[in-house]
Amino acid sequence: MARVGIIGIGHGQFGRRSDATVQELAFEAYREAVQDAQIDPKDLDGSVIGSVPEYHKQRSLPGVVQEYLGLNPLPTWLTEVACASGSAAIRTAWMGIQSGAHKLMAVIGCQKMTELSTPEILALMGRVGEVQWESVFGTTFPAYYALFAKSHMHEYGTTREQLLQVAVKNHFYGARNPNALFRKEITMEKAMESEPVSDPLQVYDCCANADGAACVILASEEIAKKSSKPVVWLDGLGCATASMSVLRRPNLVGLPSAEQASHVAYEMAGVTAKDIKVAEVHDCFTIAEIMAYEDLGFCKKGEGGRFIEEKQSYLEGRTPVNIDGGLKSKGHPIGATGVSMTVEVVKQLRGEAGERQVPNADIGLTHNVGGIGQYCFVHVLRRD
Amino acid sequence: MFKWFGKVNFSPYTKVTDFADHLKDGRLMGSKCKKCGQESFPPRADCNNCLSGDFEFIEFSGKAKLLSYTVIHAAPTGFEDVVPYTIGVVDLKETGRLLAWIGDTIPDKDIKIGMDLQVVPQVFDELEEIKVYYSLEKPGTAWSKA
Repeated sequence: MARVGIIGIGHGQFGRRSDATVQELAFEAYREAVQDAQIDPKDLDGSVIGSVPEYHKQRSLPGVVQEYLGLNPLPTWLTEVACASGSAAIRTAWMGIQSGAHKLMAVIGCQKMTELSTPEILALMGRVGEVQWESVFGTTFPAYYALFAKSHMHEYGTTREQLLQVAVKNHFYGARNPNALFRKEITMEKAMESEPVSDPLQVYDCCANADGAACVILASEEIAKKSSKPVVWLDGLGCATASMSVLRRPNLVGLPSAEQASHVAYEMAGVTAKDIKVAEVHDCFTIAEIMAYEDLGFCKKGEGGRFIEEKQSYLEGRTPVNIDGGLKSKGHPIGATGVSMTVEVVKQLRGEAGERQVPNADIGLTHNVGGIGQYCFVHVLRRD
Repeated sequence: MFKWFGKVNFSPYTKVTDFADHLKDGRLMGSKCKKCGQESFPPRADCNNCLSGDFEFIEFSGKAKLLSYTVIHAAPTGFEDVVPYTIGVVDLKETGRLLAWIGDTIPDKDIKIGMDLQVVPQVFDELEEIKVYYSLEKPGTAWSKA
């Protein structure tokens, strides 16, 4: 199979962006990616937008983004699978290029969350759970992950401290990422004192809603090989689903979709978990990162708590994870997140991550989860 | 009338609409596929095993074991007036799982994963319109209207 390369990356400032519309956020990331790729936008032949429409007042988002980027009359469309929408957009562009229908595409993940109030967002996100039998009891998104956390703690003895060690790590690196929402380190004491959200999860276990955008330029192998930039290849793509309802999951200690998607991605790329030098995983809650270590095979099932306690996911550890601050510290503009993860892994593989650089990173991974694991996309990226 | 089910109902129209009528009468019903016999909770009209659309309601005992739980402090729209509230996910004795509030018969400090619970049909007395739900209670707790 021919390869598809990433030849340009762009990342806007994440945060409460009451200074910009969603298309203006998209433009920031797009401009940076086009300049990074050193391409003429006229050579693009389409775009894919990753976003979750219900948070925006604007209906039919791709139209307004495409116009503002100046890309009419090129084709565009939206991909939506909750918080994994950005990775779905990347997969869709990869499919477009593999099919021969496209050669050079812009993938833009963009989201404006803060047009809504927190209770409105809690209500909308809670309905990523099943609405007929679950939302009627006032379930929230943090509540679902709290159910996972309780189960994981009960089954494997995972501790509150271990959960919050994920937050401490991600803030440590987020403090060193200029695009992050929270650019300050936190202490365990401060994290332990934070407000309860959904027992056992407290404020510091939860990522923050944010506005923001990220963009990558995907090219056919033929075009990518002519790029003046070091090319990062999309070599393994796995995606899988699990039941919408938490009531129909085999257990509450992991995400079967993540396990399945990683198997597919590793096999396609011809690698194993041990080969991954740097990973971006979906830490919407601290427990989510711990389950990701296990689902992706960075450690054995049940050992995720010890993995963070031993600092194995720090830059110097066995598998550095979320060295850009993760969702926890960067903020989580849901449609943008998968593309943001990809931008960070490309930076790492190019050796452009500055003080956050993982030495000799040649193979990286993104793990982007939609909802409570109803969807999961795992991508393996490799530098030549 | 499925619109009776839940404090806030998002799906008033469904093929299993009679579930709420049964609940109002104090019965917890699952479904059984008339063709292959597969039983489900929550009840479903269409069988994902044999694809048949022919089903019947069967009464469940409500006997359950706690799989996980959480106390919600930050509530979504429509539930702000009841915080904090505790939800539990239980494995039902017959088959399937159910998510519900843990009721007044179980003090928070007594909640333990793996404990036995009873699913009890409930009516919101304080509301004028008919609103039914179920809660997780101490084994042996009877339906208040029975």
